[in-house]
Amino acid sequence: MSETLRNFANTYLMWNEGPLIWGSDVLILLTIIGIVGVLTYFKKWRWLWDEWLTTVDHKRIGIMYLIAALLMLFRGGVDAELLRTQLAIPGNHFLDAAHYDQIFTTHGTIMILFMAMPFIFALFNIVVPLQIGARDVAFPYLNAVSFWLFFFGALLFNISFVFGGSPDAGWVSYPPLSELGFDPGPGENYYLLGIQISGIGSIATGINFLATILKMRAPGMSLMRMPLFTWSVLGACIMIIFAFPALTVALALLLLDRVAGTHFFTMLHGGNPAMFVNLFWIWGHPEVYIVVLPAFGVFSEVVATFARKRIFGYASMVSSLILISVISYFVWVHHFFTMGAGPDVNTFFAIASMAVGIPTGVKVFNWLFTMWRGRIRLSLPMMWTLAFIPTFAIGGATGVMLAVAPADYQYHNSYFLIAHFHQTLIGGVVFGMLAGMYYWWPKMFGFKLDERLGRWAFWFFNIGFYICFMPQYALGLMGMQRRMYVYPADMGWNTLNLVSTIGAYLMGIGFLFIVAQVVYSIRHGERDLTGDPWDGRTLEWSLPSPAPHYNFAVIPVVTDRDMWWILKREGREEELMPRPEEVKDIHMPKNSGVPFLMGVCFFVGGFGVVFNWWWLAVAGLAGVLLSLLSRSFQYEEEYSLPAEKVIETEISLGRL
Amino acid sequence: MAVVERELKRVAGRAHQEGPLQEDAGRGPLEYRDPHQAVKIFGFWLFLATDMLLFACLFATYLVLRTHTDGGPTAWELFDIPGFTAETFLLLTSSFTGGLATLAMRRDRRNQVLGWLAVTMALGLGFLGLEIKEFAADVAVGATMQRSGFLSAFFTLVGTHGAHVTYGILWMLMVFIQVARRGLTMQTARKVFTVNLYWHFLDVVWVFIFTVVYLFGVVM
Repeated sequence: MSETLRNFANTYLMWNEGPLIWGSDVLILLTIIGIVGVLTYFKKWRWLWDEWLTTVDHKRIGIMYLIAALLMLFRGGVDAELLRTQLAIPGNHFLDAAHYDQIFTTHGTIMILFMAMPFIFALFNIVVPLQIGARDVAFPYLNAVSFWLFFFGALLFNISFVFGGSPDAGWVSYPPLSELGFDPGPGENYYLLGIQISGIGSIATGINFLATILKMRAPGMSLMRMPLFTWSVLGACIMIIFAFPALTVALALLLLDRVAGTHFFTMLHGGNPAMFVNLFWIWGHPEVYIVVLPAFGVFSEVVATFARKRIFGYASMVSSLILISVISYFVWVHHFFTMGAGPDVNTFFAIASMAVGIPTGVKVFNWLFTMWRGRIRLSLPMMWTLAFIPTFAIGGATGVMLAVAPADYQYHNSYFLIAHFHQTLIGGVVFGMLAGMYYWWPKMFGFKLDERLGRWAFWFFNIGFYICFMPQYALGLMGMQRRMYVYPADMGWNTLNLVSTIGAYLMGIGFLFIVAQVVYSIRHGERDLTGDPWDGRTLEWSLPSPAPHYNFAVIPVVTDRDMWWILKREGREEELMPRPEEVKDIHMPKNSGVPFLMGVCFFVGGFGVVFNWWWLAVAGLAGVLLSLLSRSFQYEEEYSLPAEKVIETEISLGRL
Repeated sequence: MAVVERELKRVAGRAHQEGPLQEDAGRGPLEYRDPHQAVKIFGFWLFLATDMLLFACLFATYLVLRTHTDGGPTAWELFDIPGFTAETFLLLTSSFTGGLATLAMRRDRRNQVLGWLAVTMALGLGFLGLEIKEFAADVAVGATMQRSGFLSAFFTLVGTHGAHVTYGILWMLMVFIQVARRGLTMQTARKVFTVNLYWHFLDVVWVFIFTVVYLFGVVM
């Protein structure tokens, strides 16, 4: 008996791996006890279920995405600090090689798929319906399904750390390294299943928001009157729809290799590992534009609002967005110029990769021209936007350097590359999402985040950012390769690595300031009573903060781009105030527990596949099928909110 | 600001003050008359686009691995011409009968809808039966998906299509039950329409499988 127990503890709980695991176990246990205790003490279980777990309200789903994204930013950030701690000094043995592999794998995967993606989805959900004057997204129920698939996919990926072992083949998980023969543990299965489940949710989100933007716009809002953030979401959704199926296939085939013994990517029996690399990057490259386009959308909104000027070159902004999303499909081979596709292929993809710089440059210049002669206010969203511009310019320039195929043979897989993509992804996506979070925070919660703590966070994060990544360009040119867990003392890399690590710590402190800022502001943040704290331009700012759950009591008729701004300038704001005689009964989607349960079933099924426990996998899959069927027979999906109730709410908000 | 006023009048002057979603409300065939159903059909088209790309990736994989037989059975040795011809015949016919179900739905003939759906499902089951038989015959001669890269790609591509057909039949059965119980409403009409869209889509994918996998396989 004790033998079985020890076996179980060592195989699954990794009890023999030492204090890192024990500490995490204790922390997880304490967190669970804490959450359960608080919910029970304040009798909040019912509230949690009714108001959050079963919600189909896009604003609440957006908030849940935001919370998840910030938690994952923390997890991925801790991974990063561990990696940098290991590399701070030569010959370090803070982490061993296996742990180092696991941590850089989870760092990359989490940051791209479980931090950046939910962060952009948070803003999609919170902003898009309000900006286009819609009551909801096109498919509210599907929206909840998407969230719970993401959530349980992320959960499945994360528990690998304390149950069975983390993936360790890098965030790209290239075969044959990730094949069963070279990587037997459950870690890779966790990777494949976790991403697959959340990826299905991402495809559904892409479909949902594309339909929302194309079909749910308020009357009068033609495509060329849409706010640029919504345009960027449109571009991102088209890319999601076209790119994610390739990831689905890549992951599914690799999973088949691992659990069914097929030979897609093996070295023997006719497998072709390069096929995975192609499929992965057909998704992977558009993916970086999927996460950065919404950030560009945020910058467009923020620059116009805080420079108090109409965006410069709206039409060229739109066309550059579309160009970026199209060209993004013709660049994937630049991730493996050295694989030997030949000069013709490499040339095509090198030129396409450089061409992406053109529409991106158009956007940067448009932001600069918008600021020119504007009356700029340096609030937090604007500060992050300003910080983005030089960062992205350097990141873009080094990107063009990497796109030169012959030169890439020198930089390939070096720290030069690491510095480049961190510079674009942090400088683009993270700065953009933080700008967006600060910008729309009052709309979500009804109060502003504290400006003073936010500035501390800004400066720590930004200065840390340059201290961390600038030395890595030099390290890369000096020959330091990515994924090295230890290096000898005589390479001349010591100082630069130490400096880089100090920068990473400064960024970590910056993140802690953001946490402090949120906690402090819940109590002391400036309340937003007007609904329009930034003197905004687009429709969402015409609503109270937070917006009532039906969004618009009366759907507005849109007559111009930046309509709210124009109405304010002309003193016609009351045109967007509801008149009692215009308020009609509103059909609202009913809450449902099925999306949550479907997520649980996916989790259970995925867990079964990870460990090849087929009875569990089948049980989970059966649960998924049952939830789908139950939805098919569900007919009363909506309830009617009577006009009197709406009028009552509007009166209490002071709008009638 | 005369421009704004004129524009406001133009927009407000429209017959119904609704967005793109409602523009076609109340017009067109039954399944499109309710804007909520119309937007679901639109969303379903978007889903089909993603599914098409999924198959495109599987086709690409198959084309790359087609000749990677590792000394095992080749396409030429395995593919049974009468078998896949019969499968094709059954599936294409079922797509036609599915179309007849949609037509009957538009003419508001509930029983005809049920009849054609039943025929479609029966033909779909026939297709599945032949496919399972084909797979079993392959496995019996040692041509399993573990044998070579070619067979992995073959079973996965054709099997994914087969799984879609299986799901389609299950889904059609659900629609059948709902039409039988509720008759043809705007909601059930939309379901009849989308399940048939899905079915036609599988038919189109099969045309590619027939060409790229089977015809290339026996010719080249």
